[in-house]
Amino acid sequence: MAVIAEPVAAKRPSRLHFILDRRDVLGALFVSPAILYVLLLVGVPFLLAVYYSISAYTIYDPSWRFVGLANFRQIIQNPVFIETLENTFLFTFASQLLGLVLGKFGALLLLRPFPGRKIVRALIILPWAVPIALAAVAWEWMFDSLYSVINWSLIALGIIDRSEAPNWLGNPHLAMLCVIVVNAWRFFPFAIVIFLAGITSIPQDVIDAATVDGAGFWRRNYQIILPMILPIVTIGLIFGVVFTFTDLSVVYLLTMGGPVNATSVLGFQGFQVGIVSGDVSHGAAISLFMLPILFLVVIGMLRFIRRREI
Amino acid sequence: MQRAIANTLKGVSFYGAVAFFVVLTAFPFYWMLITSLKSNPDLYNVTNIPFWFNEAPTLEHYRYLFEQTMFVRWLVNSLIIGLCVVAITLVAALPAGYSLARMTGRSGEALGIGIFLTYLVPPTLLFLPLSRIVADLGLQNSMWSLVLVYPTFTIPFCTWLLMGFFKAMPVEIEEAAIVDGCSLFGAFIRMVIPLSMPAILTAVIFTFTLTLQEFVYALTFISSTAQKPITLGVATDLVRGDIFFWGEIMAGALIASIPVAIAYNLFLDRFISGITGGAVK
Repeated sequence: MAVIAEPVAAKRPSRLHFILDRRDVLGALFVSPAILYVLLLVGVPFLLAVYYSISAYTIYDPSWRFVGLANFRQIIQNPVFIETLENTFLFTFASQLLGLVLGKFGALLLLRPFPGRKIVRALIILPWAVPIALAAVAWEWMFDSLYSVINWSLIALGIIDRSEAPNWLGNPHLAMLCVIVVNAWRFFPFAIVIFLAGITSIPQDVIDAATVDGAGFWRRNYQIILPMILPIVTIGLIFGVVFTFTDLSVVYLLTMGGPVNATSVLGFQGFQVGIVSGDVSHGAAISLFMLPILFLVVIGMLRFIRRREI
Repeated sequence: MQRAIANTLKGVSFYGAVAFFVVLTAFPFYWMLITSLKSNPDLYNVTNIPFWFNEAPTLEHYRYLFEQTMFVRWLVNSLIIGLCVVAITLVAALPAGYSLARMTGRSGEALGIGIFLTYLVPPTLLFLPLSRIVADLGLQNSMWSLVLVYPTFTIPFCTWLLMGFFKAMPVEIEEAAIVDGCSLFGAFIRMVIPLSMPAILTAVIFTFTLTLQEFVYALTFISSTAQKPITLGVATDLVRGDIFFWGEIMAGALIASIPVAIAYNLFLDRFISGITGGAVK
């Protein structure tokens, strides 16, 4: 009992005192677990991935034989890879554009207070919050070749005939459209939230001043608000582009890259080659193709906002 | 009169647009719900109106899901994975966020951005080497591989989130504690942590939801049914041969979606200020 009651101040300064009180030492100590974790499980694997891509490593023959850029040369010559690369760009660009447009309109709607706005916002956030793998299987069921609710509605409305009902995931062009729409569907709530966060952070008097000066709705939107929210929108877009460009789950669950590679994207191709077929070195080379492109996109966007700020 | 008509038109088009967005976002989830409650003859009859019950609703799919599949096991797996990842993440990210906000000065800022950028390193770039590392550690095909790997994105995310919070916290609180005889470490444990409970709760919630949302690593590392987390299990394991158990799949997807949806709606604003806060002046 007495031990517990003893006041803290009476405690002799411990030998650890010099660590516990030195700001810089403790600071380094505090940050090291996080840095170590990231270095060991992001940095090291990243270097390993680079090494795989220039070696002849497969799960059947785990040799570390150095082959230089041979893997890259081989995959570039593969027409499937070229198609995959084109698909990835189309998939990323189209779904981000669609997501941004939907996001901008959605944000305009949610900006104004109206009864039930909270509930509407909660429902609109759903696609982004819910695990994409689960939403993707719901879409797969909605695109079903036989029981598609979309086809049923189109037939019931008299837009198409039962005999010409589209096989959404079986037709190469429609399948691409489907994965783009599902990905845009997943990202536009995020775009809405980003737009809203940006717009509400603009001081009201700036907008009032513009209105007094005679700026109309469009002018206010595109010459006052848009430039001011550009940095935050760019950050959002970086997230969107990076996670779409490297995505695997939507394509894996909806189309398996098919029909005949029509929807194959880099992430999916890397998975198929590196994990499913066990050709680790070629899989790693395919995955690494994402890196320079992503790097350029991110740097470009960051420079773009910096220039706007000055 | 004309004005009244114009106002009505404006109102109608506004609510029409709102309705369009709500249908677009919520319909797939309505579809999950109605599919999961329909009997199979009702589900697989193209002449029925699909939007509503043509036969009495049934809980058969839910019963099957809980009794005949590993669904409960997947739920438990996801819970264990989530809790372990939360623990690891907090132990690493809490001091790191504090240190980067308070103790390391200018180099801390750069280090913070560096850590955050690793959040952007995609799983599809790292899954090949990580699957080999996981195999070397004997964790292949085990859910513990996910406990090991998930902190690679939750630690950067939470460090960033907490760093933003600590920067906004008044420094006088710790100074007062130090004046009263606390060491710097003591001030962190006794004052800073209890005062940052809201931020810690946000970090916990988002770490947990990030582990539930993850799909790529789970797909890569785990193939045996009993080790799968819920997202992977529902999405890939309820298919027998070519036959999809749509009622069960939708029931499982719905159950797994609800907690994440609720969490996101409650913590959305903190999430947004978390990811954009430090990056935008």
